[in-house]
Amino acid sequence: MEIDRIDGRTPNQLRPLTCSRNVLNRAHGSSSWSQGDTKVLAAVYGPKAGTKKNENPEKTCIEVIWKPKTGQTGKSEREYEMILKRTLQSICILTVNPNTTTLVIIQVVNDDGAVSFKVAICCGLAESGYVILDPAKLEEQKMKAFPYLVFPNSVLSVLPEGSPKVEGELMENGIITSVTQGAMAVDNYFHCLERGRAANEKMSAFLRRSLQPQLPG
Amino acid sequence: MVSQLYAHEQKQDGGLGMGHSNASGDLSSEMEVDAFRRLFPLRFYEHHLAESIRPDGRALGKARDTTIELGAVASADGSALAKIGLTTMLAAIKMEVMTPSKESPDEGCIAIDFHMPPICSPLVRPGRPAEAEPVVSKQLADTILSSGMIDLKDLSLVSGKAAWMVYLDIYCLDADGSLFDAALLSAIAAFSHLQIPVVSMNDDGKLIVVSEENGEKDIVNKEKRKLSLNRIPFSLTCVLHKNYILADPTAEEETIFETLVTVVLDTFDQLVYLYKPGGLVLAFTSSVQDCIALTRQRLKELQKILDESVSGMEVD
Repeated sequence: MEIDRIDGRTPNQLRPLTCSRNVLNRAHGSSSWSQGDTKVLAAVYGPKAGTKKNENPEKTCIEVIWKPKTGQTGKSEREYEMILKRTLQSICILTVNPNTTTLVIIQVVNDDGAVSFKVAICCGLAESGYVILDPAKLEEQKMKAFPYLVFPNSVLSVLPEGSPKVEGELMENGIITSVTQGAMAVDNYFHCLERGRAANEKMSAFLRRSLQPQLPG
Repeated sequence: MVSQLYAHEQKQDGGLGMGHSNASGDLSSEMEVDAFRRLFPLRFYEHHLAESIRPDGRALGKARDTTIELGAVASADGSALAKIGLTTMLAAIKMEVMTPSKESPDEGCIAIDFHMPPICSPLVRPGRPAEAEPVVSKQLADTILSSGMIDLKDLSLVSGKAAWMVYLDIYCLDADGSLFDAALLSAIAAFSHLQIPVVSMNDDGKLIVVSEENGEKDIVNKEKRKLSLNRIPFSLTCVLHKNYILADPTAEEETIFETLVTVVLDTFDQLVYLYKPGGLVLAFTSSVQDCIALTRQRLKELQKILDESVSGMEVD
């Protein structure tokens, strides 16, 4: 039984991705990312000297500000800030610039679903239990539950042995961040994980292609 | 001085034998252990983890002692005080009659708010809300509403005209790790304790809350005084460190091991909420499954504790 999605995508199809960098002049780094109609602008400033009061001075402190498209910042925005901050702290090597603060500002330009975590995969779990990838806003509202997943970028196999395995599982299968919304059966969650991993490869390939010109080697 | 501390540490058996060796040297050896704990917290913990134990003597998968006290706030319609180890949460419910919205005329509304007053931790300053406050508040609201524990239609009084507005406030009195777990437990206990106030129709045709003694005329909801809770969610937070999974971390453990995983399961074994916000350790399917298994065990424990306190209240 196939689900008909509004825009005619198959359950496993992601929306078209576009990414451009250096869109803002004054920021030290900036990029705009869109997935279908969802568009997000990100700017990075830093590192600035000094850390916040209770933070560890031996590491860089990352501060995230999330600005919604309309309305005041409320609890949801604070939650996204906290999740992004912790995700970025686990991804970046923090000991390079100790006792500094890096400021990341996310501005939502258009929200058509899956707005959080533009480097993440968003799966949707429909009423009938089917898992669909990357839901649009209307689909999100009808979803029973959906998890946001962040996976590490899949490793390019330059070594003949292939990707490093940790305890029999590939490193890129580990989840960095996962936040679920809505109740679902435990098995469905694991199905979403599998679909997310499959989509992760496509997203990683896209990311690598768009960042390739500037990366050394 | 630092190398002396480390050598001292190495000589000990690495477990609870520290500081208990000889009576006369007791105070000085305890001071050194304390200093080591502050200076090298990660190594201090790793010594313990190698022996499959934690500094407070717990096994890795064991949660702290949990107690629930119902009716802690006498003026509220429902209240509970929940303690997990030292973490203390006070939940109180106040109910008000309101007009339901046009889109859902048969449903009431629940407003959930979580507060961390400066009393709970030296890291929280007056005037500046704690970082965790809006996050836990939103998590609680999402979990309670999406778990389906309370059917909003149960809160309706007169369709389209009157429904209950439930204000749930949770105050953290002592923050020692696993804030979300304790807050959720106190919220559920408060809902179990809740006695819906009696309402009657007054002369203007409006529903007002009356106290039990004044007259028995026109009481609208005489029979329906308790909420039925179907799918109760219970949660467990774990920290991941290399191959170890520690259940129910204290505040110290949460700061040292930055990778937290919170799993919320309900009584029908549905995954209500899974939260892993970044962290240095990647969670593989096996770790996620282990966390879910630990949560299932904890669910049984918590359900028992909740049932005991509810039946204790009914006896009174």
